[in-house]
Formats: sequence, C-alpha cells, structure tokens
Amino acid sequence: MNPSVVLGIIGSAVIMVVLFEMLRRQRLREKYAVLWFLVAVAALVVAFVPGALRGAADVVGVEVPANLLFFAASMFLMVISLQHSHELSRLEEKTRTLAEELALLRLDVDRARGAENPAPGPADD
Amino acid sequence: MSELSQAPRVLVIIPAWNEEGSVAETIAEIRATNPTVDVLVIDDGSTDRTAARAAQAGALVCSLPFNLGVGGAMRTGFLYAERNGYDVAVQIDADGQHDPRFVPALLSRLGEADVIIGARFADKDHSYKAQSGIRRVAMMMLAKVLTWMAGTTLTDVTSGFRVANARALRLFAMHYPADYLGDTVESLVIAIRAGLVVRQEPVEMRPRQAGQASQSSIRAALYLARACVALVLALVRKWPEANAEVGS
Repeated sequence: MNPSVVLGIIGSAVIMVVLFEMLRRQRLREKYAVLWFLVAVAALVVAFVPGALRGAADVVGVEVPANLLFFAASMFLMVISLQHSHELSRLEEKTRTLAEELALLRLDVDRARGAENPAPGPADD
Repeated sequence: MSELSQAPRVLVIIPAWNEEGSVAETIAEIRATNPTVDVLVIDDGSTDRTAARAAQAGALVCSLPFNLGVGGAMRTGFLYAERNGYDVAVQIDADGQHDPRFVPALLSRLGEADVIIGARFADKDHSYKAQSGIRRVAMMMLAKVLTWMAGTTLTDVTSGFRVANARALRLFAMHYPADYLGDTVESLVIAIRAGLVVRQEPVEMRPRQAGQASQSSIRAALYLARACVALVLALVRKWPEANAEVGS
C-alpha cells in the first residue's frame, strides 16, 4: 500500500476515534463534531482516491497536487481558528454579563438580608 | 422632564480594583462634600480588603466575582443606577485622583448636556504639560478627533471623572465596552453617535496616591498604538440598538 494512503487512513482514523470518544463523554457539541467528521472523511477520500486531488489541482491550475492540499488545509485551519476566536469573544461577553448580573444580585440579596435583620451582621464573604 | 421639579437622585459609582488604601478616604470625602448622593463601589474582583473598607465607609458595595476592568465595573454600576431609578450617575476613581468638590459644578451643567467630563488641560496654560512626549501625542490625537466628533472642545477624553444623565446612563447600561480605553474613549464615541450631547467642565486632578503613570517611551508608544486601535474600532463598530434605545 502506498505510504500516503496509510498516512491518510491513520490520520482520519485518529480523528474519528477521538471524535467518538469526545462525543461519548459529552465533551464536544455536535456542531463541532460534524466539522471534524467532514475533515476525517476528506482525508480518507484524498488517501484512497489520489486522482481526486490531482484532478482538483488541474482544475485550479496548481502544478503540484500536494501544494493544493497544503493550501486548502491551512486555509481551513485559519477559518477554524477565526471561528474559535469569534466564539471566545462571544463567550467572554456572556461571562462578563453573567458576572455583572451576579454581582448585582449579590448586592440585592445582601440588602434584603440587611433589611430583614437590622442587627449589623459581619460580612460573611 | 417633569422629574426636574424635585432634586434628581444621584448615584456616585466608584470602580475599585485593589484600592483598599484609598477607597475609604475617597468615599468619606464624597459623603462630606456631597451629602445627598448615594455611593456605590463596584469591587472589581479585588483580592485585598477593598470591599470591606468600602462597606465600613458607608458605601453600597457590589462585588464582581472576578476582574472585568473599568468597562465591566462601570456597566454594572450603570445597570444598578438604571434599575434603581437614578436620574444621574457620577463616575469617580477610587484612587483619590478626582476631587469630589467638583461634582456640583459637573452636575450644574446637566441642563445643557447628557454627558459631562471633568477635564484636565482645559485651560490653555498647562496643556498636557505633565505628560511625556509620545503620550502627549496620543492624548492630543484622541482629544482632536473627539472634539471634532462632539462639536465642542474636549481636552481630556480619557478622564474617568464623568457625569451621565438618565438618557446616557440608560445607553451605558446596555453598551459599555470592556476593551482597552473602551471605558473612556469608546464610550464617548458611542454616546456621540447615539446623539447624546457631550460637554466638559474644567477640573483639577490630584496626583494618584500610588504613582503608576508610566513614563517609559516604549510603554508610551504602545499606549499611542493601542489608542489608535481603540479609536478606529470605536469609529467603525456597529452599536446596534443604541439609537433606537435612546430615542425612546
């Protein structure tokens, strides 16, 4: 068997196993799982059907098919990490909002408690 | 505007991060010079005794679970002001830099503006003299751009000594950026773009108690670069419901 086919199979097998395990342990949301599953499938296709990559390289006019693969892979990774930065920013904004709400609630609770028993209780935090 | 018949309810918001050394003194001074205002300290994830000191000094204390930066602390304060029906919010730093004796002067300008900045450098004689070269360039650039945007002279746009009326504090309760310089420069841009009127009132500031102003030129250059980024971002960013919200 061609070594590049073996590499492709190993690569996609690793992705699939890790994916499956992460999904089983509920460490991964499906939306991300689908994405990585597609990556694994693409790796398999490239490994088993070398003609596909060569054909695609011809169509876009890339002389060395491997270069097309590298280009596509790096673009893909860049888009993924951009997407992750976006998710991170959203999450940070959400945590920030939660922290603010939590602090305001804590103040409300403290004041309500203070109103119930006006004896100056020590701050219990 | 019928509420103006009675005295407006004023909330002083003090964002404080590890300011146990000065927060109590600041609160005491505010209460002595402005007896009718309520004081709310936003303890921005302090690891020292800031919250306890502030509570002892008689302020309301709202403790954030972790440090959010001045932007996050201030939005919390604006949210509190909005939900509790305050008419005016005053921002004062916990480090004793801002003299609360200027608060009535700032409040007196509320009739003509929605946001009033307590500004240094307002008088021509000592313009930016205290600042080092590159830092001065950054501050002047920010001041120039915002002066142009606001249609009025603004000399100290990074000042954290401000007054916001009900319209402005409603806007800030929704949109108060957490980014670098977001709490000062960008918030002004948001206010201006939402159609609020921004004016300044000259104040004198005292040197902060813990000397932190960086004088090294690398840091000053970094400050300039970040100020540019913050300004450009502020200008191009979309702030969705800003206009609709304030118009109501």
